[in-house]
Amino acid sequence: MFRYIVRRSLMMIPMMVLISILCFVVIKLQPGDFTTQFLHDPRISPEMVAQIRTRLGLDQPAHIQYLTWVKGIVTKGDFGYSFAYKRPVHELIWERMAWTVGVAAITIVFTWVVAIPIGIYSATHKYSFLDYFLTFIGFIGVSIPSFFLALVLMYVYLSLGGTAVGGLFSQQYIGAPWSLGKFVDLLRHLWIPIIAIGLGGTASLIRLMRANLLDVLGTQYVTTARAKGLAERTVIYKHAVRNAINPLISIFGMQLPSLISGTIIASIVLNLPTMGPFFYDALLNSDQYLVMTFLMLSAFLMLVGNLLADIMLAWSDPRIRYE
Amino acid sequence: MSKKETVFQFHQDDGNIVVQETTWQPLSQTQLMWRQFRKHRLGVIGAWVLGFIYLMVILAPFLAPSDYMLQRRNYVNHPPTKIRFVDEEGVFSWRPFVYGTKRTRDPITLAVSWDIDTTKKYPLYFLVRGNPYKLLGMNSDLHLLGVDQDSGGQFFLFGTDRFGRDLFARTLYGGRVTLSVGVFGIVVSFFIGIFMGGISGYYGGVVDNLIQRLIELLRSFPRIPLWLALSMILPPTWSSVKVYFGVVTILAFLDWTGLARVVRGQFLHLRSKEFVEGALALGVSDSGIIFRHILPNIMSYLIVTATLSFPGMIIGESSISFLGLGIKEPMTSWGLLLKDAQSMDVLLMQPWLMIPGIFIIVSVLAFNFMGDALRDAFDPYSN
Repeated sequence: MFRYIVRRSLMMIPMMVLISILCFVVIKLQPGDFTTQFLHDPRISPEMVAQIRTRLGLDQPAHIQYLTWVKGIVTKGDFGYSFAYKRPVHELIWERMAWTVGVAAITIVFTWVVAIPIGIYSATHKYSFLDYFLTFIGFIGVSIPSFFLALVLMYVYLSLGGTAVGGLFSQQYIGAPWSLGKFVDLLRHLWIPIIAIGLGGTASLIRLMRANLLDVLGTQYVTTARAKGLAERTVIYKHAVRNAINPLISIFGMQLPSLISGTIIASIVLNLPTMGPFFYDALLNSDQYLVMTFLMLSAFLMLVGNLLADIMLAWSDPRIRYE
Repeated sequence: MSKKETVFQFHQDDGNIVVQETTWQPLSQTQLMWRQFRKHRLGVIGAWVLGFIYLMVILAPFLAPSDYMLQRRNYVNHPPTKIRFVDEEGVFSWRPFVYGTKRTRDPITLAVSWDIDTTKKYPLYFLVRGNPYKLLGMNSDLHLLGVDQDSGGQFFLFGTDRFGRDLFARTLYGGRVTLSVGVFGIVVSFFIGIFMGGISGYYGGVVDNLIQRLIELLRSFPRIPLWLALSMILPPTWSSVKVYFGVVTILAFLDWTGLARVVRGQFLHLRSKEFVEGALALGVSDSGIIFRHILPNIMSYLIVTATLSFPGMIIGESSISFLGLGIKEPMTSWGLLLKDAQSMDVLLMQPWLMIPGIFIIVSVLAFNFMGDALRDAFDPYSN
């Protein structure tokens, strides 16, 4: 097991190198750079723009810029400098990342707490009215883009007279120290992002749970358990559900990375203090190191998530062997 | 295979043995699939809905009462017009009509509201004359439904946007873009996917290894951030047509990997089958084997994969355009139309701007239903 993890982790290194190159190429293919916006500014002379370019190192050839950046990461853990914020990238990212992971973690909890019971109900009450209804809601949940769901939820809430919309805090609590009031305010704001971001995942988890449990309920050992007179509750929760949840564990590992990158647009709509809007602004400003760091970070999380999923699966299911 | 099959059945009838001969035509593979598909009720509904939506956007100029780019300074942010059959006095008429509207401004809050002016009544006619257009090579100025254009009445089924443009027309034209981006994107991603997956699975070895690593690399990227970063590459100076094809390329660039994997797996599986070895022994060329012997065998997988990747394409296009990084004016798409509905004031004052979103959901839903049904129908083990 340990050797397997080490080998998989080592394999991530060449992958990350390739990913960083691809990120850099994508950025460099963009027309213009951070200083392009100054060219149209009458207050800044072309000479000054050239000066800024030199200072930011944008006048150097692309491969030198790339190597300098990589060297900074490897030797000093320095992810470069944000042109727009005039601060090192890693300082900027941690704060956002904390909120992002926080919101994502709550959403994940919501997803599982809602989806698993519904999936079990749907499978044990197959073809009942509620099963059809929940399946249909599930289909809609998979089909609705999260940014549109965010818009609809905001509209419904606003037209019902709600005010706590957009962002995570009301005006008076932004920057205020933590208090009970602030916490309550957070909860009042949080439900829209959680539903908007989490519904898609919840819906697909319900469908998977239902399908898995139906498969398991058809197996012989379940019939045996029933035949020997076990209570239906024991058969389902002790015998069937445990085996049906097993394959879902691999989804768990991928949920965090996919929530972080998949919800960029919804968080822009909802004006959340997470990575999404931040990344979008950096992209529009051609704030290259910020963009690259975010892309790299999300790809890295994706790789880690993959590894985590495999490890958890192997750990929870003794039938799985690693080569 | 339209070979008839005959079966003899024996049974006893009052002590005599009766031979009954029945001849019937066995169902072909396609007929079996079709039968299986029709059993999936939601899938059939999905297919009908998609047919309807595609027909709607193809006939956009005919269905839309006016030009989608026409700006009306006097009808900015006009709410959807109600079609009526009963007028103020309670008189019912078979001919539907709409009332004229008057813009008023609240003297204190300066909020604009549109009041119905019951003195002005404009009947709606089928096949009215309107702006000229070209459709399927024909010139015409007939529109399915509208008011007499000389009467001065206005008919906005979905309301208007901040430039007074008819949202119904814009939704139809936007659908043309969103739905065709999906089609083109899938065509492109199909070519790349079949090519890469095919050579990967057929030749194996170093080529296979390289392509697999490339696929892994592309798949280890989260989609949306990379979509956004790639769409920044499209130069702002490009015309909207060029941008359109740029968006298609971006979507296809990240989409082909899933297909390539399916194709590769099937190629590996079929490569060692007798019929392929037989073809090899007969001296059929590589391309002959790939295109005539293997590809037709995996067509069903390809169709299912294609149907199920439509939703991703539609959502991808909408997301990019919604952020203003994709399709640009004067072209429009469902995502770009939703971009206008981003702020809270707009949501409260002009909620009808969210209508294009309903079209996104319905078409994605329909594609999901149809894809599920096709997958069940093509899977010989499903029943």
